[in-house]
Amino acid sequence: MADVTLRKVVKRYDDVEAVRGIDLDIADHEFVVLVGPSGCGKSTTLRMIAGLEDISDGDIMIGGDVVNDVPPKDRDIAMVFQNYALYPHMTVAENMSFGLRLKHYPKAEINARVTEAARMLDITDLINRKPKQLSGGQRQRVAMGRAIVRNPKVFLFDEPLSNLDAKLRVQMRIEIKKVHQKVRTTTVYVTHDQVEAMTLADRVVVMNHGRIEQIGTPNELYHKPATKFVASFIGSPAMNFVPCRLEDSAGKLHLRLTDRLAFPLPPARAARYNALPRTDKLLFGIRPEHMTEASPHAEPGVEPFDATLDVTEPMGMETLVYFTLEGTAVCGRVNPNAGAQDGGPLRMAVDLNNMHLLNEATGAVL
Amino acid sequence: MADVVVQQGTVARTATRRRSGLQKALKRKSTAAFLMTLPLILLIACLVLYPALYSVHLATLNKSMARFVGFGNFEFLFKRDTFWLVVRQSCIFAISAVILKALIGFIVAHFVHNVPANKQRKWRGMLLVPWVIPPAMSTLAWLWLFDPSYSAFNYTLSFFGIGPIPWTGDAMWARFSVILVNVWYGAPFFMIMYLAALKSVPEQLYEAAAIDGANWWQRIWYVTLPMMRNIIAITTLFSLIVTFANFDIVRILTAGGPLDHTHIFATWAFRVGIEGSDIPLGASVSLFMVPILAVAAVFILRDVNKRGNEA
Repeated sequence: MADVTLRKVVKRYDDVEAVRGIDLDIADHEFVVLVGPSGCGKSTTLRMIAGLEDISDGDIMIGGDVVNDVPPKDRDIAMVFQNYALYPHMTVAENMSFGLRLKHYPKAEINARVTEAARMLDITDLINRKPKQLSGGQRQRVAMGRAIVRNPKVFLFDEPLSNLDAKLRVQMRIEIKKVHQKVRTTTVYVTHDQVEAMTLADRVVVMNHGRIEQIGTPNELYHKPATKFVASFIGSPAMNFVPCRLEDSAGKLHLRLTDRLAFPLPPARAARYNALPRTDKLLFGIRPEHMTEASPHAEPGVEPFDATLDVTEPMGMETLVYFTLEGTAVCGRVNPNAGAQDGGPLRMAVDLNNMHLLNEATGAVL
Repeated sequence: MADVVVQQGTVARTATRRRSGLQKALKRKSTAAFLMTLPLILLIACLVLYPALYSVHLATLNKSMARFVGFGNFEFLFKRDTFWLVVRQSCIFAISAVILKALIGFIVAHFVHNVPANKQRKWRGMLLVPWVIPPAMSTLAWLWLFDPSYSAFNYTLSFFGIGPIPWTGDAMWARFSVILVNVWYGAPFFMIMYLAALKSVPEQLYEAAAIDGANWWQRIWYVTLPMMRNIIAITTLFSLIVTFANFDIVRILTAGGPLDHTHIFATWAFRVGIEGSDIPLGASVSLFMVPILAVAAVFILRDVNKRGNEA
């Protein structure tokens, strides 16, 4: 096992820069998820760690050794591919043991490792089948088994659950987490699914346009996003953004959303934002769960307002309500018993203790 | 194709039983398909089956084609040394040519596969040329290259102090020459088939193998070859049949000479049947290819069937 370090890593394809100088330190035993939209460079980064892509600039270190020019086979890594990449002419056992056989491990040890991995992944009964005879989920387990038996320094996962249906994906997500808890191998996992990223990762790396937007624990990313991109990418439904500006009125700092709607900021927030120029164009960011039905008791920092709902979506444990604030569509989360109806009025409340304020031009969270 | 019978809820079962039976038969998909392909089946039967059966019939007649002699022609052949020479030469010719074609085709396919996509078409086109030119024409060109007096090969080799080599005059060199020309002509076919097979191997299998620790050679041995096994088997069988039955290259290049040392089944069948005016004996010679090729076909195709559902 080992730590993985990326130093100013760049990947250029002709005149396109897919990865634009990223720095990343992954600690030993850590489970790091690279997440971002298609084309953000996350898979390319993973493939550069694997050695399947050359790096155009910078350094990649595994266990302290620079591996820029080391071929994949000598990096002591194992990779699980999106489409499994199982050898169709080999049985499950042969697929899993292929790497060990190439390295001339003793037969007894190969058998022991394969049996142990098969037991861990619950595929002992399938050991003599060919990949064609397996379901998608089973194939994914075999692909993981192939990685586990190698006992590598680093596991690399390239969108391993994308080809599975929703239910199986949840199940396999838990399997992957369990496996990592058992083997504790340093893991780099690529996905475009923010739920996968949040549930699996010790730390999440959010990437966009070949750059790292933010690195942090799932909770940090959710509650303290650094940029508008991270704020909107993490969380479902996404964070609401409403154009706003700051104004002083009656000796207090106010957040003005519309001509008719302005909220006094709670003292902590007011102190934080007080130094900002009042002329700046800003965005008010608020997650749906912080925009709920108004409660009868006044709470500090929670400001009520009236809304006319456009659409409601009952989810069972909650109801999502959609309405517009001065032309901007926003989403709130209310109790199913709050009386939300399509086209109906609802007294809402916004929790300004959990608000975010962003610079509209730069997208930076202030 | 499975027989799908369209269910008919209430077919009158008594008086119209015969007619409904016919209707049902026609509504069966396989019946309709059979009827539609019948003209083609009949055409193939006329063009393939009839000549095949006719040659079997011919092989049982005497030289003047007047009397039934049973296996008489075969008994006669088995006693002749030339026949066994032809059997041996046909096997050597076909097997060595097919192995070389497969090997060269595989290597060249790999090179073309690794050529950047925008230049690949040009290379593919150029490398296919030997296979596209009618072999009778190209063999004439080879004949000039091998010519005893004006051989371009010997002229070139003379600069290195080698030769002159009797390309078609010496038995061993003549055998080498016909195999060389056959390989030159047939290798592009293997190349194009293998290239198609190579393109169908998912790139991620190579990546997985690279990460598993396979070197270049191990990737070929454990990934490429197993993934191409069916194509290799079918191409080899097809080529074996065509090479075994080759006529034009040997006929033009050496005409079986020197002293029958390059004759293979087809050229020798022509020699005894047409030139020697013993049609039944010629038919017997060519028929002798059937059991040899049938055995090869059974072995190769059985393997293909076994693996058919793997990938």
